[in-house]
Amino acid sequence: MTMTYPRGEGSAAAGRPVSRALGELRIATASLLRQPGLLLASIVLATVLSAALFPQIFTPLNPLRGSGAARLLAPSAAHWFGTDQLGRDLLTRVVYGTGESVKAVAVAVMVGLVLGSVIGLLAGYVGRWVDDILMRVMDVLLAVPTLLISLAIINALGFGTFNIAIAVGIGSVASFARVMRSEVLKVRQMPYVEAASFAGIGPLRTLIRHVLPNAAGPVLVLATLELGMAILSVSALSFLGFGAPPPAPEWGLLVAGGRDYMATAWWLTTLPGLVIAITVLSANRVARALDRRHAATF
Amino acid sequence: MTDTSNLLLAVRGLKVAYRTRDRVIEAVRGVDIDVRRGEVVALVGESGSGKSTIAHAIMGMLPPAASITAGTVTFDGEDLTRLSERAYRRLRGQRLGWVPQDPMVALNPSHRVGRQVAEPLLIHRLASKAEAKTRAIEALGRVGLGQPEIRAEQFPHELSGGMRQRALIAGALICGPALIVADEPTTALDVTVQKRILDDIGALAASSGTAVLIITHDLAVAADRADRIVVLRHGTVMEEGDARDVLRNPQDAYTRLLLASAPSLSSGRRRHATSHPAAGAVRPLPDPRPPLVAVENVTKDFAVSDAGGHRGTFRAVDGVSLAIAPGETLGLVGESGSGKSTLARIVLGLVQPTSGEAKFEGRALAGLSAAEERERRRQVQPVYQNPFSSLNPRLTVAEIVGEPLAGFRLGDREWRRRRTLELLDQVGLPHAFAERLPAELSGGQRQRVAIARALAPEPALVVCDEPVSALDVSIQAQVLDLLAELQHRHGLAYLFISHDLAVVRQVSDRVGVMKDGRIVELDTADEVFRAPKHPYTRLLLDSIPGRRLAEAS
Repeated sequence: MTMTYPRGEGSAAAGRPVSRALGELRIATASLLRQPGLLLASIVLATVLSAALFPQIFTPLNPLRGSGAARLLAPSAAHWFGTDQLGRDLLTRVVYGTGESVKAVAVAVMVGLVLGSVIGLLAGYVGRWVDDILMRVMDVLLAVPTLLISLAIINALGFGTFNIAIAVGIGSVASFARVMRSEVLKVRQMPYVEAASFAGIGPLRTLIRHVLPNAAGPVLVLATLELGMAILSVSALSFLGFGAPPPAPEWGLLVAGGRDYMATAWWLTTLPGLVIAITVLSANRVARALDRRHAATF
Repeated sequence: MTDTSNLLLAVRGLKVAYRTRDRVIEAVRGVDIDVRRGEVVALVGESGSGKSTIAHAIMGMLPPAASITAGTVTFDGEDLTRLSERAYRRLRGQRLGWVPQDPMVALNPSHRVGRQVAEPLLIHRLASKAEAKTRAIEALGRVGLGQPEIRAEQFPHELSGGMRQRALIAGALICGPALIVADEPTTALDVTVQKRILDDIGALAASSGTAVLIITHDLAVAADRADRIVVLRHGTVMEEGDARDVLRNPQDAYTRLLLASAPSLSSGRRRHATSHPAAGAVRPLPDPRPPLVAVENVTKDFAVSDAGGHRGTFRAVDGVSLAIAPGETLGLVGESGSGKSTLARIVLGLVQPTSGEAKFEGRALAGLSAAEERERRRQVQPVYQNPFSSLNPRLTVAEIVGEPLAGFRLGDREWRRRRTLELLDQVGLPHAFAERLPAELSGGQRQRVAIARALAPEPALVVCDEPVSALDVSIQAQVLDLLAELQHRHGLAYLFISHDLAVVRQVSDRVGVMKDGRIVELDTADEVFRAPKHPYTRLLLDSIPGRRLAEAS
């Protein structure tokens, strides 16, 4: 338990965070190797992420150009996911669709996280009527099904992947706000927050320095959990046709496009759907691991 | 040791290890303990000494991460370490009684008390349902609960902490076990309740011939009740023997340290070594300066609603007046719910009194301007009970201690850095601690950091609410010494709140005794402790464990 710091006065501040970060990385890698499920989920997420950034390294083909000779081919060694009705390689389309989906998911989660955190922070810290008004609005948001809210917002904003992302993000604001508020209420009554008022520190600085860092943990964990939900919601909305217009590859759109050929070409809906399912499951698995780590450290 | 015929429990060479993700921690490292029939043995040790682990090992209730790596636990001729869980279950509750630590969580809130007390009888099929019920009522009466028929029908939340602990003891005794293991049975309770419960355990054990193994951190409790004492440290037995011998003539250095640290009423005022001895004698005379802080006839009501939804008010503080002069220590003692913490918060200006007035340097708090209020907060600093929650876990020690310096804009950055290190020196922490996080410090070290933070803006008054209650005795003594030294050096005034009379006596010039929101007695420390006038003060003084300790010294 006892730790010694055999460093000189000057180097103490500089050397310490690096060694701590290295130590944490080592522990994280070790625990990853002990949980094969988590390892697999992490690999899936890493693959999805790199496919979003550099689709060309996963496939040499063009996602928009097909060959008339190769229409509706079943999965084979040449076309792992088969081809669609225009002879386009489905794997290529899924890979190129990743970028659009990942971007939308990132925007959605950021919108929910930032808006929800600010609302929750204000409600919890200011209290009284501010709390009442903000949280009643959040209750209304929670009372209406998320998909319905998203649809209403898209109708107001117009179609498009970015608008879908905004809509999904706003749909999740309420849950972020509630978690943030309850954490702020918990942290606000800690003696160290009270002590800050005897250290000549104003309310805003107390909020930023003492309340926010200690309340943020569970909210960030929720953000990772929302990742999976957001992938599903974004895909669902583009499946319904609110997202990018047809030639562009997008996960939800791919599933929708294959519906007409269900009887003859099962792979057109099944394989993109499977990719969505595996990504959501992996995101949830990683989120759960983070959640547990968080619970263990506090 | 030679008398083995009477031996009930023999622990031999017991080793218990906890397995964590990356290492194995040996909590118990080869311990021998004997308990004879009808004997009361106390297992004494500070936190981390392995005393609770030993208790759990005896009961076969070790957590999954812990395992017995060596040794035997022989109970009535049977080796418990080889017992299957099934066989253990037959033993527990029937021949081995268990009194858990925290009565607030040890009873199931959704079952009636009587049923929980009777449970061992029913599980071991020793009585029919009807018979068990009458025996439970009998047992509740035996442990000193009034109206046991009514108590048996109540739910745990309707009982006070002391009553719940009695109910748990009744449950432990109901099958007439040969041995009761009590893990810190009174730690969560007030002193007056603690005394009665310890008396009861002793009397019941004597009358029924039950042996008792009491696990405690409190040497005074052990001293008063036990026939024999076993002193533990870091999982090994430091000393073991007849209670009177151990107290009178401790062989081991650690036992002597514990004895010296244990606050008892025989020990006098704790002062800094260099302070003039005469100063203590002259001190409590009226100070010519006006009081630093005064509260006049303050009352504080809190709105409460009972289980039925009826609203009412609870009077936490009831017409209290007191004044604290510069440089003096006013001690405030009282049991839980006596209103002492609320009074402290009124003095700090965190709670507005319902009626009456709190004053700082002769001026009402309510009438201060924002700038004056800021200056008041610089001069009146708090130190909290729990150093685990009073320090922001994300800031380093230097950031925590330096915060008031920056907050009140004292000096420049370089001056503040030097002042922070100087403050660490003053509270006896090495400079290397400056970059550590609170999680890397022990409880005593954290309390030192909290004290350094309170000292940083050079206050005139420090309000300490139970500043040592969360600490081990040997650490308590160090922190109290530090407070005394700092007072001597800076001429600080303290409002010192504690439930522990012995601790209050060691630091206070004057002492106020609180009960039900009122100060029933307020006088110089010597007067209060030598010649208590109020019957409640006398009751409190009588309840303090450690009489034998005082006799021995």
